[in-house]
Amino acid sequence: MQLEYFQMVDRISELDPAARTVRAECAVPESSPVFEGHFPGHPILPGVLMIETMAQTGGWLVMALHAFERMAFLAQVKEAKMRAFIGPGEALKAEASLVHDGSGYAVASARLFREGEGIAEAEITYRVMPFPNPALRARMLEMARRVQVPAELLHV
Amino acid sequence: MSATFNTVAGIISETCDIPREKITPESHAINDLGIDSLDFLDVAFAIDKAFGIKMPLEQWTQEVNEGKVSSDRYFVMKDLCANIDALTAAKPA
Repeated sequence: MQLEYFQMVDRISELDPAARTVRAECAVPESSPVFEGHFPGHPILPGVLMIETMAQTGGWLVMALHAFERMAFLAQVKEAKMRAFIGPGEALKAEASLVHDGSGYAVASARLFREGEGIAEAEITYRVMPFPNPALRARMLEMARRVQVPAELLHV
Repeated sequence: MSATFNTVAGIISETCDIPREKITPESHAINDLGIDSLDFLDVAFAIDKAFGIKMPLEQWTQEVNEGKVSSDRYFVMKDLCANIDALTAAKPA
């Protein structure tokens, strides 16, 4: 994770288009400017970044299912629960499954785990639309390679 | 009123917190009921699930935005329900 760059997913460990599921590894950094303010003397991962981690994990799934021709923008978060404090240096795993692939939108169910224990969950709705410009698509493909989305799913 | 109308009106009432009695076959989902685009995603999700279809919202929106059709064609309740019935009838057996 690079919190200040909103890079929440380190590695896609599994992405199954047929099952419409994805798993990801996300290591919380030992230090980050985020922890200086959240909170002074008691650094914990902000809940909104736990949600962002789940949203990005599901987002990689949605984009892969749309052959990286479309971007998944966060539109709605429902039933979000943060069940534990997460500190610097902790190793997290995220997983998401597609609940529905609608016309111009998608809904995923996502969870976050620490050492096998579920520590957060949410139902996430995305607006799914063509990339607004080629530069963003290129950047997302570059990031997809970095997080090791299987090459055959990049469709390039 | 049709079963489809009753189902869709129930979904809209519950999803958007609109009194059920305000929703009539002549109501325009956006202009009369004030459903915004984000709430309509919730409505579309619930309709897709309830009827086992995929409403072509993007196509409808594009046609309206390009001025090809009036938004009434897709977003007045009775027309919306007729479109849902057509999509349901066209589902593979």
